[in-house]
Amino acid sequence: MATTTLPTGPIEPTVSASASRFGGLRRIVSAIREAHGVPKFMLWTGAVISALFVITALFAPLIAPYSFDTYKAHGHNFPKQGSPDGDHWFGTTVQSLDVLSRTIYGARTALEVMVLAVIFSLILGVLLGLLAGYFGGWLDRILVLVMDALFAFPYLLLAIVAGFVFSGISGGGVVTAALSITVVYIPQYFRVVRASALSAREATFVEAARAMGAKPSVVIRKYLFGNVIQSVPVITTMNAADAIGTLAGLGFLGLGIQPTEAAEWGYDLDRAIDDVNAGMWWTCLYPGLAMVIAILGFTLLGEGLNDVLNPTMRRRRIRKVLLPAHTARRTVTAPAQPDVPEGEAVK
Amino acid sequence: MLTKPDIEPSGEGAAAQVGEPLVEATGLEVHFGLRGGLFSRFSGGPAGAVRAVDGIDLTLRKGEVLGLVGESGSGKTTLGRTLIGLTKATAGSVSYRGQDITALGERGLRPLRRRLQMVFQDPHASLNPAMDIRTAVGHPLRIHNLVADDREYEARVVDALERVGLTPPERYLGKFPGDLSGGQKQRAVLARAIIAEPELLVADEPISMLDMSVRAKILQLMLDLKRDLDLTYVYVTHDLASAKFFCDTIAIMYLGRIVEYGPTEQVFADPQHPYTEALLAAIPEPDPERALPRELPRGEIPDAARPPMGCAFHPRCPVAVAACGWEARDLRTLLENRWLELAPEAASREKSLFADVESLAADGQSSVAIAPGRGHTPEDVLEYLRHLREEASEAEPREPFWHGVVTMHAENGRAVVEFAPPRDPRLSLIPATGVQVACHLREPVGSTTGT
Repeated sequence: MATTTLPTGPIEPTVSASASRFGGLRRIVSAIREAHGVPKFMLWTGAVISALFVITALFAPLIAPYSFDTYKAHGHNFPKQGSPDGDHWFGTTVQSLDVLSRTIYGARTALEVMVLAVIFSLILGVLLGLLAGYFGGWLDRILVLVMDALFAFPYLLLAIVAGFVFSGISGGGVVTAALSITVVYIPQYFRVVRASALSAREATFVEAARAMGAKPSVVIRKYLFGNVIQSVPVITTMNAADAIGTLAGLGFLGLGIQPTEAAEWGYDLDRAIDDVNAGMWWTCLYPGLAMVIAILGFTLLGEGLNDVLNPTMRRRRIRKVLLPAHTARRTVTAPAQPDVPEGEAVK
Repeated sequence: MLTKPDIEPSGEGAAAQVGEPLVEATGLEVHFGLRGGLFSRFSGGPAGAVRAVDGIDLTLRKGEVLGLVGESGSGKTTLGRTLIGLTKATAGSVSYRGQDITALGERGLRPLRRRLQMVFQDPHASLNPAMDIRTAVGHPLRIHNLVADDREYEARVVDALERVGLTPPERYLGKFPGDLSGGQKQRAVLARAIIAEPELLVADEPISMLDMSVRAKILQLMLDLKRDLDLTYVYVTHDLASAKFFCDTIAIMYLGRIVEYGPTEQVFADPQHPYTEALLAAIPEPDPERALPRELPRGEIPDAARPPMGCAFHPRCPVAVAACGWEARDLRTLLENRWLELAPEAASREKSLFADVESLAADGQSSVAIAPGRGHTPEDVLEYLRHLREEASEAEPREPFWHGVVTMHAENGRAVVEFAPPRDPRLSLIPATGVQVACHLREPVGSTTGT
């Protein structure tokens, strides 16, 4: 006993602590690594397109040749509705604005609104969904009623109404646009989270937490949240894609962000309608194309993530077990020629 | 396979008798309303309610291991949960160290939860899959603010893991429940249950979801923990073999009531209640040479929302007497069983004597007026029933149903069958054994006629 030295205190606590903290992340990463076939293609194509979109948006001032509201440079006004040339690769608009710059700055606006809308709706939707799912009762009934009512509206109409309300309060900026879109997406998060919370509430581990004496807030934070949140990333990417479309829809109707505040693809499309009749294709093609590509990127990413992460959709790869060649041949030939020595059969 | 432990449970049982009462239940009832949401369910009245626990008195002494044994649906789990306040009692009271916990709300119970812990049946479901063992096992400490800092927390968790045999603890701290086997998970659950130093542990079939090879180890571990930590157990199970191994006192439950309650050895050696006898007979005998033909209780466990009158076991009891609570439903069961065995033509001919057999299905009819079928008189029905009775008196084993029929006569064009008034059997002590049993056959005085 005297010669044995026992380690005092836990062994390598830091390593296991960090491993536990990122346990969930580790699982996601390993699931993504396991992806193959169409989901893998969708996931990575979507990821690349989305990454390009984000980079463009973040570094818009560096990439774009002019600012989104620049109409003259070096003392000369830009040509009005000028076709694409060396100075203006994507041409200019009826307001003498550079289409390339506006398209690039549009990415920035889209990203800002998208991120804000997703964060707002994520926080509110998940919180309300957890509360409704865990507590049930009248709170649940009221929330479900409200959310179903919101769901019943055509989403663009709802965004328009919300846009009117919020622009009266906070003016026509990025935050207003994000808030109007948030209203549309909260019910989606709410429904998904509430449904998972309802089933998780009946789980034995939640009951066990209650039996330990945990308060409802602790149960929700420590036991429900981690199990409910897993279905959310997929909705988030889907909503991100959708948010771009909704924002453009608002802008197209002239309800989104004021043209003086930021460049916005929907607004540009609206202004370009008359140009199309006059044979000017560049003012509408580039914002439209940007929109399509951005939405495509996030949709692919979302679908890919869904296929990869959702346990009900995910197909685990089954690797074919290949026996060594000579073993296989021997099993075939052995019964036919039982007397042949092994060395012969292997040939 | 279960083997006797090194320590002698009976010795501890003797010591337990002197222990102070820890939990006392008096007139405990838990009825679940059949309709409505979660909240109205707990306030459900007697109408349309499942009587999961229906009038139970028991005393749990410190250091005792009480086994609650019964078929599924007997209310054993509900009783176990109600004893620690996890399920609200609809009537009666449970007192823990003199404090009535049925009167406390969720908030008031929270401080007591430290002392009254529960181990659930399914170890795979009772750990949060998104929480590692370090956090999961130590969470009661955080909830009840029992540790000052992370260092103490870590030490307590490591200690608990060592106690339950998850060694070396460092290897398990960072793992998730998904990484552990069933036995390891149940050990982790036990570690979580004991970490806050509880007094009473309700174990709800803690080994039924585990592999055979692990079961004995977990039970042994629970006995070791009891010895080291001075625990009291309520062991809920349907497995008599493990109850025999594990418990000092055993309570056999049937349809929300205790039918037999006493020291384990006594109950196993000399079962008093017919239901206990049947349960003991149902334990499979591994040696086919020694296997005996056994009389298992006939039929299924009845609907707890509409329990039989009198003794709930009487429809399945081979030795039931007149006072056991015979009623119209039992006549229907008798007739239907008969018709099942007859040829279809004969059965439908007999069936045509009755206008509506389904009218007998209502519960609580101590006297029933049977309408005769088209073209038959009440006398035909009576003659048929008398014929059945005579047939039964010659058959072996005798059908106990006819003990309960007092008179059969015709009245207003209907055949009236009257049954003996039902009497609820009360738990009464069998002298010199310490066993309490609720059966008319074992009542010391004023025993019923019949047999």
